[in-house]
Amino acid sequence: MDFLRPASWQEALAAKAEHPAAVPIAGGTDVMVEINFDHRRPEHLLDLNRIADLYEWEVGEESVRLGASVPYTQIMENLRAELPGLALASRTVASPQIRNRGGVGGNLGTASPAGDAHPALLAAGAEVEVESVRGSRRIPIDAFFTGVKRNALAADELIKWVHIAKADGPQQFSKVGTRNAMVIAVCAFGLALHPATRTVRTGIGSAAPTPVRAKAAEEFLNAALEEGGFWDNGRIVPPSVAAQFAQLCSGACNPIDDVRGTAGYRRHAVGVVARRTLAWTWESYRGARRVTEGAA
Amino acid sequence: MRVNLTVNGRPQQADDVWEGESLLYVLRERLGLPGSKNACEQGECGSCTVRLDGVPVCSCLVAAGQAEGREVVTVEGLADLAGRRAEGGELAPVQQAFIDAGAVQCGFCTPGLLVAADEMLERNPNPSDEDIREALSGNLCRCTGYEKIMDAVRLAAARQQEAV
Amino acid sequence: MTPMPADKAPTTISQGSQTKGGIGESTLRPDGTLKVTGEFAYSSDMWHEDMLWGQILRSTVAHAEIVSIDTGEALATPGVHAVMTYDDLPTAVRHYGLEIRDTPVLAHGKVRHHGEPVAIVAADHPETARRAAAKIRVEYRELPVITDEASATAPGAVLVHENREDHHARHVPHPNIVHRQPIVRGDAAAAARRADVIVTGDYTFGMQDQAFLGPESGLAVPEEDGGVHLYIATQWLHSDLRQIAPVLGLPEHKVRMTLSGVGGAFGGREDLSMQIHACLLALRTGRPVKIVYNRFESFFGHVHRHPATLHYEHGATRDGRVTHVKCRIVLDGGAYASASPAVVGNASSLSVGPYAIDDVDIEALALYTNNPPCGAMRGFGAVQACFAYEAQMDKLAKELGMDPVEFRQLNAMEQGTLMPTGQRVDSPAPVAELLRRVKAMPMPPERQWESSEGADVRQLPGGLSNTTHGEDVVRGVGYAVGIKNVGFSEGFDDYSTARVRMEVVGGEPVATVHTAMAEVGQGGVTVHAQIARTELGVAQVTIRPADTQVGSAGSTSASRQTYVTGGAVRNACELVRERVLETGRRRFGAYHPAWATAELRLEGGKVVTDGGEVLADLVDVLEGEAVEVEQEWRHRPTEPFDRRTGQGNGHVQYSFAAHRAVVEVDTALGLVKVVELACAQDVGKALNPLSVIGQIQGGTVQGLGMAVMEEIVVDPATAKVRNPSFTDYLIPTILDTPTIPVDVLELADDHAPYGLRGVGEAPTLSSTPAVLAAIRDATGLELNRTPVRPEHLTGTV
Repeated sequence: MDFLRPASWQEALAAKAEHPAAVPIAGGTDVMVEINFDHRRPEHLLDLNRIADLYEWEVGEESVRLGASVPYTQIMENLRAELPGLALASRTVASPQIRNRGGVGGNLGTASPAGDAHPALLAAGAEVEVESVRGSRRIPIDAFFTGVKRNALAADELIKWVHIAKADGPQQFSKVGTRNAMVIAVCAFGLALHPATRTVRTGIGSAAPTPVRAKAAEEFLNAALEEGGFWDNGRIVPPSVAAQFAQLCSGACNPIDDVRGTAGYRRHAVGVVARRTLAWTWESYRGARRVTEGAA
Repeated sequence: MRVNLTVNGRPQQADDVWEGESLLYVLRERLGLPGSKNACEQGECGSCTVRLDGVPVCSCLVAAGQAEGREVVTVEGLADLAGRRAEGGELAPVQQAFIDAGAVQCGFCTPGLLVAADEMLERNPNPSDEDIREALSGNLCRCTGYEKIMDAVRLAAARQQEAV
Repeated sequence: MTPMPADKAPTTISQGSQTKGGIGESTLRPDGTLKVTGEFAYSSDMWHEDMLWGQILRSTVAHAEIVSIDTGEALATPGVHAVMTYDDLPTAVRHYGLEIRDTPVLAHGKVRHHGEPVAIVAADHPETARRAAAKIRVEYRELPVITDEASATAPGAVLVHENREDHHARHVPHPNIVHRQPIVRGDAAAAARRADVIVTGDYTFGMQDQAFLGPESGLAVPEEDGGVHLYIATQWLHSDLRQIAPVLGLPEHKVRMTLSGVGGAFGGREDLSMQIHACLLALRTGRPVKIVYNRFESFFGHVHRHPATLHYEHGATRDGRVTHVKCRIVLDGGAYASASPAVVGNASSLSVGPYAIDDVDIEALALYTNNPPCGAMRGFGAVQACFAYEAQMDKLAKELGMDPVEFRQLNAMEQGTLMPTGQRVDSPAPVAELLRRVKAMPMPPERQWESSEGADVRQLPGGLSNTTHGEDVVRGVGYAVGIKNVGFSEGFDDYSTARVRMEVVGGEPVATVHTAMAEVGQGGVTVHAQIARTELGVAQVTIRPADTQVGSAGSTSASRQTYVTGGAVRNACELVRERVLETGRRRFGAYHPAWATAELRLEGGKVVTDGGEVLADLVDVLEGEAVEVEQEWRHRPTEPFDRRTGQGNGHVQYSFAAHRAVVEVDTALGLVKVVELACAQDVGKALNPLSVIGQIQGGTVQGLGMAVMEEIVVDPATAKVRNPSFTDYLIPTILDTPTIPVDVLELADDHAPYGLRGVGEAPTLSSTPAVLAAIRDATGLELNRTPVRPEHLTGTV
């Protein structure tokens, strides 16, 4: 095994081009487990810790440009206003020690259906900027996950930034697990309200071969909110609408039975948290409206 | 490969390091610092917690090569660290509190818990019970049921407040 | 009266001559400082110049014939110093076991469970050893797997062990049954006819793991005399020694064992793990060999708690008296016997719980299957039964329309009650009082999670995962009480040895206590020093490291160490004291009549009369001489249970704990937050109250884990373990753990040293059923299995 220690991004891209099978390691929270337990013996480990760019973020007009290695702790503490869904998801990642090392780039690189960041990214809307010596490109998050633990990266590409739309409305994230901390998601759900476009977006984790959006549920809710004038009148979403939304979210799941939970439970639980996160976000939206109106 | 790093304030060098080795292995087996414990080696128990450039991490998940040029504090260095914060004594306050409150049984989780608790008290000198629980939620203990650990951290916090 | 030199004249006394740090005080651990500084040497911390690393190759299938093993490529790997299989074992003794020697050191011809050791490797780096082990080619021919009672006893079932010759073999109804114990007392069938109400239930108890944090590990160092020195984490050095030496072909004195730091045990270190393997490789290579399991291997490296299915029938009269109990408990012992026979003895004899019930018909048995081997874990056979009988007691109370606590109190046993085995309980059994106390504790406030800033998810079901802000959260309260035996039972010669020495060091009297007791975290070393201070009146006590240079201390299990090795230390101290007083009488008897006439004590470094008069300083009495005693000590004997009726005075002592659980359940997601787990326990006498409470709280949380999350999942089709990691075998974090108020009752047992009662296990029993009862209270569901998974609470199994 060789340990490659590029000092700059350009060196890293060159190394990856030369050794396309090299395994990038940043927080190490996935890769080192595989090495410690003898599940993986790559010929090259490509250490990204020395590349300062990957630990930076920049808040722009429309979106946040998040370095692939920015630790979850930083996201929780510094980006709660801009990326509330991702900040909530970050707080559920493993343990404080892991949150101090792991970042969104690693989550995307591993592309596990259980990655905690994915539902939040799907709901917020994001693009993954990847680069190789051949150049860079931006992959919409909806096209990023291509199979179980597979993503749209080419062998010579590395993840550099994640561009995440700044929240224009309330966002929520719920993860269901059988322990109150340090647990892998049995299933997870992210929801973002986008009042600017009068749409909602969702993300579901651990309930299908890849992280997915519940598109039928989104379309149903978009239509129901529009039809009832809810974005304007700020009325409570009727229970029947919430129930239908929850059911459609359950329906978007394609889960398996495994040691962490049954497929039936996953479908059921996604429905429950879909209903709850809708209630929380909508209540928050109504609250914000009242404050705005009150000020006006 | 060779790895250079600073551990508990001292420059250290490890030779013939296998590229797949963890920082935990280097500390324990090559640098004679077995205080950090090898309980799960998958980041699920916190027994190997050290501070890497000040930040608590699971040393089992840091590749040895990633520690090149960096500063590590282990449980063996906690008393010195406390000394530098002018909380002098043979032991760091949190170490003494663990003994006094009966928070140590088998002691295998203790080094990791101490590093995590010490760092939390540095950031948050007056934590609520729930703050303590959240900060220590990455450290498993199988002996105590955590109650005496809660007592110990409260005690350390109270003593620090008194000292101020 | 002869005149006495002035400096040795008796003085009158003496406020404060009492020795500090004796029994009853919460003295601090002598190993505390080493443990908080990282200097305490655990078995995985051992290191030796020229040391090699051992690695074990384990079976990838549960049940198969071994067609061939090819070690050629592994042996040829640079850096590899030895590869050994069954054929390389040095003697004809190639099996070991706690009671039945049925476990091969390395698999021979057949593997019987997933993860069974097949070959061992020694190399100069752990990675080299791993790579070499991976190059060993083993060809298996798979056999059908035996996984439960039906497959074990089906006509034509494959025998897990052929040609059994153990002492249980001819008493069992089927060779795939390790041991079976019926207990019959009174006439359960007749009593059932008197019952106004009968409830039945079928219960399932999952496979729990000890999950101690310090993985199995040790260092074997070959010695010049051809022997080996093993530094090891274990629960019982001498039991290990008896199993190791014959396999190595060495006399016991050539296998020296020293206890290294033990990172928890809970029963999981009663059986051997890597001990023999490390010694074999060390003797083969002539180099020290260290073996450290990682967490994955640890799940295969020790036995687990027996999973069980339990069928119960209870009857009661309308006025709330239990008429009878019929039960059948089937424990899955897995592929090797380990402690299964003794677990069966406990499960059967403690199967009706701490209740006075005259008419019982009980059967307990353990199976041989191809599942992971099961054996000792904290609570040992009593835990599974407690889960079931307490569920039954709630069911009966409900059926009768009675309060569950009052119903239990009405049927509670007390001193003088007969056990199902006919044994009279001849020390306090405050079952009703413990229930009263635990019920009387103040309830935790409702909706503690509400704050001005909204819901604090850390106090809600789901915790940090942010699944509810209070929606669908329902509170429930449940009670349970349990009974556990203390010490080894059924006629076992359960003794301990202590060597105590008193001498003057640096002008001060010092006691040295040397035992082979395994300190696994429980605080035995603290208590031994306290006993020595109390008995010998010295401030300074040195605890020697445990090793095999002193006689056996028995196992650190069965809640027995403070009782038995504590008893041995006290006994040895008493003998030392007698000898010291004899010396004193010889030297100074002539100077003062009290030497001959008074009851004398050692206190504050002096010889003192019971009236408080100081006769001499110990420094003067000892005058450079050391007094040393090594003595075995036994508790009163027990007898085996009759094989047909189960009658017999089988147990030494009983211990009791009661719990009240308060839970909040997110009924829509099936997630549980335990809000509080209050415990009341009778400990006879708390030798160290801080340690006692620590034991109770720790045991309580292991029970909590069993209630809501802990289970080794074995695939029924393949008998393979599906979750051997801390990612998927979950134990409670600090955020899953509630406050645990403890009420300690001290009713002396006159048969035991200081009146003490073993503490460690009882709290693990009642914790699980109390949590289950609380979840039932919150949800109205029946819940006949533990652990409860969200699926069970949401109908999505």
